Amino acid sequence: MKNIIMDATAIERALKRIAHEIIEKHASVPIYLIGIRTGGVFLAKRLSEYIRSYGQIPVLNGTLDITLYRDDVAMRTGRAIVKATEIKFPVGESYIVLVDDVLFTGRTIRAAMDAVIDLGRPQVIQLAVLIDRGHRELPIKADYIGKNVPTSADDQIKVVLRESGSSDDAVYLIRKGDL
Amino acid sequence: MVPGKGIIGLKYLSRKEIEQIIETAFSMRDVSRRSVKKVPTLRGKTVVNLFFEASTRTKTSFEIAAKRLSADVVNFSYTSSSISKGETTIDTAKNIEAMHPAVFIIRHSSSGVMELLSRHLKTPIISAGDGTNEHPTQGMLDIMTIMDEKKRIDDLKIVIAGDIYHSRVARSDIYGMTKLGARVYFFSPPTLITDDFATLGASITYDAKDAFTDADVIIMLRIQLERQATGLFPSTREYSRIFGLNAQRLKLARPDVIVMHPGPVNRGLELSSSVADDADHSRILKQVENGVSIRMSAIYHTIGEEHGYTDN
Amino acid sequence: MDILIINGLLIDPAQDMEQTDALLIEGDTIQGIIDQKDYTIKGDRALVNSHPDRVFMIIDASGKWVVPGLMDMHTHLRDPGYEYKEDIVTGTRAAMTGGFTSVCAMPNTRPVNDNKSVTRYMISKANDCGYTNLYPIASITKALEGSELSEIYDLVDEGAVAVSDDGMPVSSAGLFRKALLYVKPLGIPVIDHPEELLLSKSGYMNEGIVSVRLGLNGIPQTAESVAVARDILIAGETNSRLHIAHISTRYSIELVRWAKKRGIPVTCEVTPHHFSLNDEAVEGYNTNAKVNPPLRSESDRQAVLEAIADGTVDCIVTDHAPHSYDEKEIEFDKALNGISGLETSLGLSLKLFHDKIISRKRLVQMMSSRPYEILNIKDKGSLKTGADADITIIDPGEKWTVDKNMFVSKGRNTPFHGMELKGRAVMTILGGKIHGSART
Repeated sequence: MKNIIMDATAIERALKRIAHEIIEKHASVPIYLIGIRTGGVFLAKRLSEYIRSYGQIPVLNGTLDITLYRDDVAMRTGRAIVKATEIKFPVGESYIVLVDDVLFTGRTIRAAMDAVIDLGRPQVIQLAVLIDRGHRELPIKADYIGKNVPTSADDQIKVVLRESGSSDDAVYLIRKGDL
Repeated sequence: MVPGKGIIGLKYLSRKEIEQIIETAFSMRDVSRRSVKKVPTLRGKTVVNLFFEASTRTKTSFEIAAKRLSADVVNFSYTSSSISKGETTIDTAKNIEAMHPAVFIIRHSSSGVMELLSRHLKTPIISAGDGTNEHPTQGMLDIMTIMDEKKRIDDLKIVIAGDIYHSRVARSDIYGMTKLGARVYFFSPPTLITDDFATLGASITYDAKDAFTDADVIIMLRIQLERQATGLFPSTREYSRIFGLNAQRLKLARPDVIVMHPGPVNRGLELSSSVADDADHSRILKQVENGVSIRMSAIYHTIGEEHGYTDN
Repeated sequence: MDILIINGLLIDPAQDMEQTDALLIEGDTIQGIIDQKDYTIKGDRALVNSHPDRVFMIIDASGKWVVPGLMDMHTHLRDPGYEYKEDIVTGTRAAMTGGFTSVCAMPNTRPVNDNKSVTRYMISKANDCGYTNLYPIASITKALEGSELSEIYDLVDEGAVAVSDDGMPVSSAGLFRKALLYVKPLGIPVIDHPEELLLSKSGYMNEGIVSVRLGLNGIPQTAESVAVARDILIAGETNSRLHIAHISTRYSIELVRWAKKRGIPVTCEVTPHHFSLNDEAVEGYNTNAKVNPPLRSESDRQAVLEAIADGTVDCIVTDHAPHSYDEKEIEFDKALNGISGLETSLGLSLKLFHDKIISRKRLVQMMSSRPYEILNIKDKGSLKTGADADITIIDPGEKWTVDKNMFVSKGRNTPFHGMELKGRAVMTILGGKIHGSART
């Protein structure tokens, strides 16, 4: 069975808090929010709306597909389509916040940083995630965290959002034994 | 796709597979257009260009594609090979396979050689053209160029003109384009086509007006000059006058027609210089750019296919 | 050995006979049919009233056909010169396994059979083996080069039964006409490989829908039919005997039909692959289906079947053309032409009977009596009293699956591997000697 660990209200509250923290910490404008496909894209959009409404500061959105930067291509199933990376602003000297739904091993973020750096030399890269579930395999930590969730390595975290067609937002923790 | 065997012909690919390769190719093109034109995807993999038939352009396009994916590329061409020593094609390929390449890019003058080698090799093969059979990456880059310009391909009037009989480009084009719903017309001297080509799903015409009127896309094929010597057409002058594309004929087509050519162009023969250089309509250099993207995508899809993997 | 074959269905087109009876063989000669009251069975031996001093070995052919020994008048045994593909030992043994008691060997050996020492070598080697009779076909032109006639009288004296440049058409109409004139007093046919090279030379398979799909240059049907027309007209003008090999197109057949109606001395043959398969067999670049003339369209195949049924076709031949693995497992355009056909021919031909296209008698005629007639070979191809005791016993109903790995021939190049066939030879008798065929 699935345990709801965050409902829609909790997710909204967490994202609003992160938006405030980004406004407080931001070093320069505009703020560039880059969502990592696929889970981070919708979260980045929501965050940018909150930041605009609270901070009255310019926010630009981008989307990053990190398929080509993964270190596990030989293990991939099928042949994942490489979706477009849409970053319409110059990355050089910019203040970038990468946005993802779940932080786990850190490999996705490593790939995302490589991908961003290949586009230019940002001044700062920060990381915002909705869930940090631990079990890092690389020296990576998030600057903004919606919720820390202790898990075992076999567990799954599932983030469902309205934008991808579900009736409501929620984060589930699925224990291995529950499957 | 032929399981584990790469991409050896559009006749074997489904509509969905072709669309997936093209969608990925657009993302690959973004990589080519930025300042760091390289992604680490295929680090540590070896791509072998095995060319039994000379072709600098296609080989270069594949080489650039592989390098942009961070693969190591080894070029092997027939002039430096042991073919002159009487080794069979199968033995040559198996010898190189023993060195663990991740994928073979093969060009060969014999139709069907990809099917033959697929039976003998475990390494996947991407065809860079076999005889008069298929040239699948050219077919897909042509489709990509059309999709890029027209945002669709179904129901477009696409004219393929020239030496259809001996063209692997024409075959890959029609296999791919008909799967995607295009209306394809073959325009050719009757000596360079047979009626049976209609069974591939094309309408055949010998009349320039018929062919070019209301065309959305015109693909001019390269005429091999040696065909004249075998009596397939009397002179380049007459070929150009009756079967070539010039500015005047281009007016028959739709105002937004695009003109493509697999290259190299025989200027003044199948294509007049004014059309080849007409920036409003000519998409020949766009095809070259898209060629690298399609080949990046083809290599990517061919190599990254083993084992299971799940996110999160 | 003296033999009495009992209970078999005796089929002899030469006598227009089809009856279940006993056939008596004494030594190397057929002694005719005898009635049940004229012999008594003692264990596995028979006593025959007319021959009280002899004991006959009994062969019980219940449910089987007993027919005059089958004759394949078009094979390539590759010996001398290409023994890695086939030799006379394996070739004639494969023929025997396929139910043949005689084969004709084409002259495209190395050296070419354009001189009597090659002819003599072939015959004596086959006789030493004793599996089948071998009748060499000598070349029309020296070294098959199409420029000078071979010493044809010399070759016929030595045992050649016909001349042909099979595989290499005589391109010069003038020389072909001279060949037909030159052989006239000998009464032998000139066997024509009808192919206009100017039309065929750049092709690798039949021109049609399949060649378009596979991107292989095609050979138009006219490459054959144009040559058939030319050679029929020359045969008509010279009134000399022409035998057209491996006919495969609708127009070729119509031309032969026309020629026969006009009284031109023309005969023709078809192969099992041309009446069993069409060009779709080449799909997947199957080099085992690469053959010359190429497998044709379904419409041509149907025309061949009609011609078999209406008698336009005189005989069935294998055009057995064994090749090594490396000559076939190669690029399609580089692969050699040919099918190893001796061991599948009868099974494929019996399908014509099972499908009710032809009668049993007509089948035996096309595979035995008619080819002997065409080649003027006496005392064979019949069960008449006094004929040579060359017999094939066929089980028409036995189902079997073609397995190229079980071939006796060195040539494993068959497009029929895995096909289920009905009927096969279970025994051949050659000159009164029993060859318990390998398959019983």
